[in-house]
Amino acid sequence: MQKWEKVTMKLTALATIAMTLAGCSTAKSNGSSQGNNPGKTIKIGVNMELSGSAAGYGEQEKEGIQLAVNQINQNGGIKVGKTKKKIQLVIRDNKTSNTTAASVAAQLVNNDKVVAVVGPAATNAGTASIPNMTKAKVPSVSPSATDPDYTLQKNGSVQKYIFRACYQNNFQGSSAAKFVTKTLKAKRVAILTDNSSDYGTGLTKAFKKTYTGTIASSQTFQEGDKDFNAILTALKHKQIDAIYAPGYYSELGLIIKQARQAGIKVPIVGSDGMADAKLTKIAGKTNANNIYYTTPFSTKSGTTNTTAAKFLRAFKAKYHTTAPTFSALAYDSVYMIKAAIEKTGSANSVKIANGLASLKNFKGVTGTITMNKQHNPEKSIVVEKLTNGSVKKTYNVK
Amino acid sequence: MQTIGQQFINGLSLGSIYALLALGYTMVYGIIKLINFAHGDIYMLGAFWGYYVINQLHFNFILAMLSAMLFCALVGVVIEYFAYRPLRHSPRITALITAIGVSFLLENGMSYLFTANTRSFPQVIKTVTYHVAGLRISNIQLLILGSACFLMLLLELIIKRTKMGKAMRAVAVDPTAAQLVGINLNHTISFTFALGSAMAGAAGVLIGLYYNSIDPLMGMTPGIKAFVAAVIGGIGSIPGASLGGFIIGILETGVQAIGLSAYKDAVVYFVLIVILLVMPAGIFGKHTKEKV
Repeated sequence: MQKWEKVTMKLTALATIAMTLAGCSTAKSNGSSQGNNPGKTIKIGVNMELSGSAAGYGEQEKEGIQLAVNQINQNGGIKVGKTKKKIQLVIRDNKTSNTTAASVAAQLVNNDKVVAVVGPAATNAGTASIPNMTKAKVPSVSPSATDPDYTLQKNGSVQKYIFRACYQNNFQGSSAAKFVTKTLKAKRVAILTDNSSDYGTGLTKAFKKTYTGTIASSQTFQEGDKDFNAILTALKHKQIDAIYAPGYYSELGLIIKQARQAGIKVPIVGSDGMADAKLTKIAGKTNANNIYYTTPFSTKSGTTNTTAAKFLRAFKAKYHTTAPTFSALAYDSVYMIKAAIEKTGSANSVKIANGLASLKNFKGVTGTITMNKQHNPEKSIVVEKLTNGSVKKTYNVK
Repeated sequence: MQTIGQQFINGLSLGSIYALLALGYTMVYGIIKLINFAHGDIYMLGAFWGYYVINQLHFNFILAMLSAMLFCALVGVVIEYFAYRPLRHSPRITALITAIGVSFLLENGMSYLFTANTRSFPQVIKTVTYHVAGLRISNIQLLILGSACFLMLLLELIIKRTKMGKAMRAVAVDPTAAQLVGINLNHTISFTFALGSAMAGAAGVLIGLYYNSIDPLMGMTPGIKAFVAAVIGGIGSIPGASLGGFIIGILETGVQAIGLSAYKDAVVYFVLIVILLVMPAGIFGKHTKEKV
């Protein structure tokens, strides 16, 4: 009996040690071997905010990813050399937490052996997963991490395995400033910033740098805020020509609604986080007037861009709603990986990274994309104008 | 002057929501000394209930609000029965942690079942803005203020004038003695939860209508602010909770009005710290000495 107990003890101790070691698994660099290789299928990981505060955006991106993968698989898969291989998605939730994002990245590259990852949606979670992605030499494409430094190392050189499908903040913020100065001819601007994300603060920083007029007032709000009456009442008695408010549609819809109800009629200019049909629903049709936002992709772009038209139709058929920007960006992320695989003729993760880095004239939903040296996609930017809740006019920003 | 008046109206409408929520915290704390952190999420459930009955069953506003109150009351009782009742005799910290757990369950459960997207609340009442002496006030703001005041008065009447209210007050003073004189402890506590949750449900529908935007995490921040309001007013005190709610609402509005929007939450918590240092029992709190 005692012997049996001893054996059990030993086994338990061993198991405990094994479990502890498993718990702190990070990405192992597998020495000389070069990244992950595909099996019968091409495994693509999704490291996404499916619960927690950014779940709204994560869900939309997941829908875009699934639509893209379904389409590719229906057409037989991705052409690797001479054979066609189907995509297998491995979707994992990072719970909008930086530490979870890092461990999800490790799981995807080590256990699931994916050859590329789409996500995370937010810059912070994305940055946290960079070390594990780099160690395993697996590329990741974030649909919506906009911080300029996201794809760069501390010393300014590029992160070899980190890409994004969206604009970086400096570009978008300065484009908005140019638009406000040249097209709207606004001399005095009030700024309302979403202070709870790098997205909002980054855009404001870039805007302030480029804008030449006077900034009459600079206020901030938090994600999830619902009451902006106090700020807006204070703004009403200031002399302003326009409001610049970079943020997401959930808060911006409320700002527009409350501003118009308070009698503020000046143009409100925002960013691509606003490009969502829900903006008008929250703001109300009669309030959504004289609203502008910078965006790579618009529901109007279907008229000029055939890829976008196809995407919009397919999205509507599958989810019965107009495609939001985040879904479009995520959809493009998957197709960018596909283009990289087909270009290099290999689904080895390192080769995919090389393919992504040299992506040229890729026809995406959000525009024609060329990857620059800092792994930022170069694509045109447009400003859309909302009149009575629908896009009536688009401007090109030079 | 006009701006100040306008900001005051803004503060009052925000404050009345905090006040409605704070009532739930304060009542539950008064009776079983539990800070029910799931309270903010019951408010979220109320808003979602309103959203579904108006969209699917085409209820009118009054009916939606009443049914949301009923639904939330039920949810409150169920939560109390399954989560808090088994822990009635365990240390307070256990119940507190359970409350946080219930809060997470409701938030993430709703995100999982109905997605975390922000929804626009159906506008069953058209917004009309009145101009009175240069001030703008909308019919929805009046409705919120009116219903909040009406519900608070109703609550005060229930607690002061009914038999159940008397039982609630008795349990708050001494649960054991209350049982000795024939008060059913479980019924009274369930009733308290039902009452507090109904208030939260009403607040949820009102907020949905006012801001036109609801999501599964909408209860987090207002829940904490309402808790602060209850503490400032003196936790356990009903008039204190109402007053605390209005104080927080006006304070937040005031801070934003003078251009310090980045610090609005900081100021709220700063005031909480000051109140706790100067008047640990809150404005209306009673100083009770522990008897040996």
